[in-house]
Amino acid sequence: MTRVPQTTPSRRRAGRIALNAGLVMFIVLYAAIVLFQPTYLEPGLFMNFLRRAAPLVILACGQLYVILTGGFDLSMGAVATLVVLAASILINGDPEITWAVIGVLYGMGIAVGLMNGLVVAFLKVPSIITTLGTMLLVNGLALAWSGGAARGDLPDNFRNLGRLVWRDVPGLGTLPVAVVVLVGFVTLAWFGLNGTVYGKRALAVGDNPRASELAGAPVAATRIIAFVVSAVSAVTAGILLGGFSGVSVNAGEGLELQAIAACVIGGAQLLGGRGSIWSATFGALSLFALFTLLNLLGLPQAFRDSIQGVILIAAVAVTAWRRRRRT
Amino acid sequence: MSQSAVKLNVGMPVALLLALMSIGLFVVVALSTGETAQLSWQGATGLLQRMVALGLVALGQTFVILVGSIDLSVAALISAVAVLASHLMQGDPAMIVPAVIACLGLCAIVGFVNGALVAYGGINPLIATLGTGLIIQGVLAASFGALQGTVAREFQILAYGGVLGIPYPLLLLASLSLAAAFVLDRTLFGARIYAVGGNPDGARLAGIRTERVTLSAHMVASLFAGAGGLYLAARLQSGTPWIGRDGLYDLESIAVTVIGGTILAGGKGGVAGTLAGVLLFATLDASFNMLGIDAFLKQVLRGVIVIAAVAVHAVRAKGHVA
Repeated sequence: MTRVPQTTPSRRRAGRIALNAGLVMFIVLYAAIVLFQPTYLEPGLFMNFLRRAAPLVILACGQLYVILTGGFDLSMGAVATLVVLAASILINGDPEITWAVIGVLYGMGIAVGLMNGLVVAFLKVPSIITTLGTMLLVNGLALAWSGGAARGDLPDNFRNLGRLVWRDVPGLGTLPVAVVVLVGFVTLAWFGLNGTVYGKRALAVGDNPRASELAGAPVAATRIIAFVVSAVSAVTAGILLGGFSGVSVNAGEGLELQAIAACVIGGAQLLGGRGSIWSATFGALSLFALFTLLNLLGLPQAFRDSIQGVILIAAVAVTAWRRRRRT
Repeated sequence: MSQSAVKLNVGMPVALLLALMSIGLFVVVALSTGETAQLSWQGATGLLQRMVALGLVALGQTFVILVGSIDLSVAALISAVAVLASHLMQGDPAMIVPAVIACLGLCAIVGFVNGALVAYGGINPLIATLGTGLIIQGVLAASFGALQGTVAREFQILAYGGVLGIPYPLLLLASLSLAAAFVLDRTLFGARIYAVGGNPDGARLAGIRTERVTLSAHMVASLFAGAGGLYLAARLQSGTPWIGRDGLYDLESIAVTVIGGTILAGGKGGVAGTLAGVLLFATLDASFNMLGIDAFLKQVLRGVIVIAAVAVHAVRAKGHVA
């Protein structure tokens, strides 16, 4: 049997398979949750599940941009921590300036993203090293600024972004603000990849930077934008995290690896060229459903790491096996 | 791509330059802060001793990166080895040899699993080793309550003893470095590592069983991480499940290897550069301490220096990196 050489239709097909893998996994895991706790079928609890999953999904969407272009962003967790600490120090309980400070936070995030992108694109430092460096740098700055402990205070109008739930919404029952933010962010991220020329460029650059450069794609700009999107997603997730859980110095710890894991579980290919916003979204939802399930099962916190490791390897092994069978 | 060209163009100059810069920085800081005691024999051996744990791990990391893979599970493995060694010994000198053998056996198994997942399973090495690392970390944290213990007093000689004024840990690092350099430069296995890392398809067409080479490199990396874990157990008297993770040994060993001129794509680099990278980290630590820089600022500077140190030679690269 002969195969058509890799052309556009085959990549589209890969995209659809990625969607199915992540979605199927999420449905299976959520069904398992419902089996133990039937109340999770109620729209209210499902909305609450989405609310708590929102930061991870948003981070995964941002991380996906970087992964598509062939890199990694290890600095997301540090940026989220910085956002939580900086917000509490800058606002310090004064609700009047919340919106101005949120603008400042996005400014800081964009600065970190630009720095990552510029270093990778022009100094040619591999992104895993660059973002490891910025992770240390941003974490150090955040801790030095706050003196190593949470201080300051977040006013209600800031925290509401993460924890407010609108009641009696027609058709839905309850609607958390965080879910609106989640849907908005995912829609924008989807549009960026599927509705603009940027999405095609990102895939091309991740697949073969040299070829896309020869074809006229602005490789450096594509990479830099990906890192900025990733940093913006980290700021957004940080704002929601500050709303849920208040101020702490390890608010964002380990989130970068969870975001990478989410993209990969959903079927995105590390080192670029393959993946869709759905792989990030459903990968992150699957991962969060897994955490929820393990909590319900009452397993010790420590085993969560182990099971996450097993799932991670299994998900990628299945993808690798499918790809091998196809070629 | 010939090996001699690699050594001439990438290996030595980066390593030498880095080593000279590190030593220069250390001397200047010691003189300017008046801590001239640091420049004595004791100061120098003290400085070198800071290199041991990270150095051992980074030597192993060099093998996997040269072959075009990477190992993120080393941090968890270090903790596992340190905990296991102290649990098996329970302060009994008779248990030293069995405990060391058991630990190295565990490392061989972990390395084998990593290598098999990467080479035969076709799983991206970052994900495979991140996964095994998480599995080890979880099991370790869950069972630590049952795994208390301390190493034998005699075992601590490994960290605190010495001969002719040279501490044993330094001898350990030096001899293992020489062994690693010998294997990479002078043996068939070493040549195959460079071949597989430089051009996997070419190596396969040349008749090398690339999967076996990758798998062996992963086992080497895990065994070196185990050596690092044993050293830490000897120095700290007992292991905890977080010494590897808190020391950031996974990411730092990758950083020093890349700082030393080994490229992440594989096939280029060597032991000399890695050791120079470790020396840079050790002198930075020592210099920051002498200057009295606070812990958070130290971290900021470390981040900047990691990027700058890699940028110095990466910026000349043609083509794109990700």
